Amino acid sequence: MRRLDPYLPVLGVAGLILLWYIAVWTQLVDPVLLPPPTDTFHAMWTGMVSGKLGSDFFHTVERTIYATIIAAIIAIPLGIFLGASERLYRSLEFVIDFFRSTPASAMFPLFLVLFGVGDRTKISVAAFGAALVILFNVAYGVMNARKTRLLAAKVMGASRLRILMDVMLLESLPQTFIGLRNGVSLALVIVVVAEMFIGSTDGLGNRVFEAQQLFAMPDMYAAIFAAGALGYGLNLLFLMIERRFVHWSGK
Amino acid sequence: MLIKAAATIRSSAGAATTVAAPAHVTIRGLSKRFSNTTIYDNFNLDIPRGKLVSIFGPNGCGKSTLINIVAGLIPRDAGEILFDGKPLSQIKFGYVFQNYREALFPWLRSFENIEYPLKLMRMPKSERRARVERLVAHLGVKIDLTKYPYQLSGGQQQLVSIMRALVVEPEILFLDEPFSALDYEMTLFMREQLQRIFMESGTTTVLVSHDLEEAVYLADRVLLLSRHPARIADYVHYDTPRPRNDDTLSQPDFVTTKAHCLDVFQQEVRRA
Repeated sequence: MRRLDPYLPVLGVAGLILLWYIAVWTQLVDPVLLPPPTDTFHAMWTGMVSGKLGSDFFHTVERTIYATIIAAIIAIPLGIFLGASERLYRSLEFVIDFFRSTPASAMFPLFLVLFGVGDRTKISVAAFGAALVILFNVAYGVMNARKTRLLAAKVMGASRLRILMDVMLLESLPQTFIGLRNGVSLALVIVVVAEMFIGSTDGLGNRVFEAQQLFAMPDMYAAIFAAGALGYGLNLLFLMIERRFVHWSGK
Repeated sequence: MLIKAAATIRSSAGAATTVAAPAHVTIRGLSKRFSNTTIYDNFNLDIPRGKLVSIFGPNGCGKSTLINIVAGLIPRDAGEILFDGKPLSQIKFGYVFQNYREALFPWLRSFENIEYPLKLMRMPKSERRARVERLVAHLGVKIDLTKYPYQLSGGQQQLVSIMRALVVEPEILFLDEPFSALDYEMTLFMREQLQRIFMESGTTTVLVSHDLEEAVYLADRVLLLSRHPARIADYVHYDTPRPRNDDTLSQPDFVTTKAHCLDVFQQEVRRA
């Protein structure tokens, strides 16, 4: 029986689809609001292959990746710098925590004024949100470097700079990847919301919103699933990069 | 003023201790406080050259603190510590931590860990490799050093730590309870490894131990410390020739030395 263990996650998916069919067949939910799974997957397939869904998916990926890259470029060096001096971080901790706790969506109007209606606003708000998450994690990763490891480097005669480059940086990598995974998830959330409401003409958020306005329910569910798959895929991608480069994580 | 005082202490101590083994490390007037606790107050000690000194004493008496101060990991409040008359900054030394898991670098392969101190000394890569290979051959170590530390057993990891400390050809080697995180079987094996390493290299070695049997078995001198502020309760000689083995543990001089150490230790524990 244990041989079947790797297939256990499939059970949950199959169960969900079964429940969905039962809800449709028994007309438990208004069929207009909940189309059968086949219609939804058909809409997803045609949308991705030949329809607008594919290009919307691509636009959302593009914005999310840009936002994450910008956030990482700003936040990683800054996080290392702040984390290396605990007193400096403590003096900025409240500011960072405050803006990290501020819903990034509340910043849209401000960024609209700064960057106008367009991709720059969507990407910069998402980058802002992601950057604070990454910054916080990198700084903590550096600050929580194992004391013994730092002492070991010091006792071997490493300078402060060498300790930073050879030990602290690598010690902070596992935590940095946690920050990147959380950052990319948050960036995706912000990008999708921005695509819904800020004068957008494309992107998954726009697709979901438009399908709902037109009452094209299979299209709407298809776009939601596409967004879900994207979020899951991005997380998986960063996990795979982490396993490859931070092989010692958790060991 | 302070220098003059230290100098007089040194000369008087020099006159008093006319023993066979010349002092390698001289500790004079060492003082150290942690908040309200005085760990060392005007503490003096000589560590003989080419000998293995074990440090043993009641819990919290400052065994580890002593080698941490001598190795420069913790600053001292007062006093002078010299190695052949030179300060720590002018000598090469090795230090082995109790917690090998946190002392090794998990992102480096084992041989890269060992050669890291040579890298800090800006030794070229080919020379570093040759030096590590020489050390491995010299010690007869049979570990796959291309593995990462977390792929090795605890004992193997600690052996890698010890090799990292030895690769710089140190004048003195410090070990802070190096085997206390290992199981008993591995501890016995590592004892033999350390004995062999010491016999091969003849490096002055200071071992902090919480296991009296181990402390005596490995030592030329056993330093017994009192409760803090730490004094030298006794500085016992144990001269049985090496290699020592399991039979050593039941020989009369081992038994009496260990019994004497235990006696001194018990007196110090009861004193509180």
